[in-house]
Amino acid sequence: MPAASTETTILDYLKEVEDPEIPVLNVVEMGIVRSVELEEDRVVVRITPTYSGCPAMNAIEQAIRLKLVEKGFTNHQVRTDYTHAWTSDWITDEAREKLRNYGIAPPDERSIEGRFTELDEKVIACPYCNSIETRLESKFGSTACKAQFFCEGCRQPFEHFKCI
Amino acid sequence: MQHLEHSKADTSKPFFEYLLRLGDDRLILGHRMSEWCGYGPQLEEDLAMANIALDLIGQAKALLEYAGEVEGEGRSEDDLAYFRDDIDFRNLQLAEQPNGDFGFTIARQFLFSTFNELLLERLQDHPDRQLAGIASKSLKETRYHVRHSRDWVLRLGDGTDESNQRIQQAFDDLWMYTAELFYMDEVDEILIKDGKVPDLKELQPEWNERVNQTLKEATLQRPDDDQYMATGGRVGFHQEELGYLLMEMQFLRRSHPEAEW
Ligand SMILES: [Zn+2]
Repeated sequence: MPAASTETTILDYLKEVEDPEIPVLNVVEMGIVRSVELEEDRVVVRITPTYSGCPAMNAIEQAIRLKLVEKGFTNHQVRTDYTHAWTSDWITDEAREKLRNYGIAPPDERSIEGRFTELDEKVIACPYCNSIETRLESKFGSTACKAQFFCEGCRQPFEHFKCI
Repeated sequence: MQHLEHSKADTSKPFFEYLLRLGDDRLILGHRMSEWCGYGPQLEEDLAMANIALDLIGQAKALLEYAGEVEGEGRSEDDLAYFRDDIDFRNLQLAEQPNGDFGFTIARQFLFSTFNELLLERLQDHPDRQLAGIASKSLKETRYHVRHSRDWVLRLGDGTDESNQRIQQAFDDLWMYTAELFYMDEVDEILIKDGKVPDLKELQPEWNERVNQTLKEATLQRPDDDQYMATGGRVGFHQEELGYLLMEMQFLRRSHPEAEW
């Protein structure tokens, strides 16, 4: 292990790992990386899936391992942690802005006592033209974390990252 | 101290069974939903059903992985999924029912998810942090499954004469599998006594109310409860169709048991 490594420096390295499905975000700002710990000379990274069936989890784990090896941490372990359910609340404001610029309408609120407004009752602004003349097409999009909308303003479909 | 260890040993076997039941429901229904992939009535529905299948299979993975840990005999989630025969599966017979038409699939999902929303709401407060975490994650997903299937029950029930008749038929045909949702035996009794899992009888009034309300809104009739009700899935009694499902799901892994990919 490289000398003078701390949990914070390792976490910074992991910010170089992109989310394979939303490459404008890294796995730390997505909230997928829950913790980095040093156990003697081993690095232990805990990750949690956004959705139970997220098919990208294997790819994410591999990418984290490669990054750790690249930075000299050959002795490492990546564990999947189910004890705290992932929530879109963990996506930072900065990351939400990145999502919008990428063309995905970001989560539009933070939970109150673990609950969000029903998707059907929401007004989601179009990430392209900012119009609120939009309608929900389907509660499920190309991946479980997104829903499909259509914008009447610019006549384009777009995806919304759901609040969960 | 000795007493504590004794009581721990007493509940690990039923807890393993309990996790297996939860996991198998999701594995089998998830596989059924995956059979729709590429055949959905429209693109959005194809995606929705594939997403629901993925959620369920993901939940199954977490639950079976944990079941293997609790069992302590070194079985992984893959060992449990691919190397058990039908008599060792603990899923509800509701979950294994073949897909039928789109309405049948939707009715099955609605009955299953409405029950599981109520169950997971309670399990998310389970003192075991691992199960509580899996439950609270699954609950978020299950709420989407309820809304999705409920929307379709309303649309088909209150749609054309044909769609109404077909989804009514689906509920009529599925009804005999609904009593099993509330089936309990010594596995539940031991864990209930331990104060850790909900008494399923307590969920039944709320489930009835939610199902009745949706059926009414959809202009559908609730089928008669006073009919033959199938049970047995929880102790390994299954219908012939589960065998075919397992054959398809397990054959590759069994043909190449040492393969890694
Ligand atoms: Zn627009």
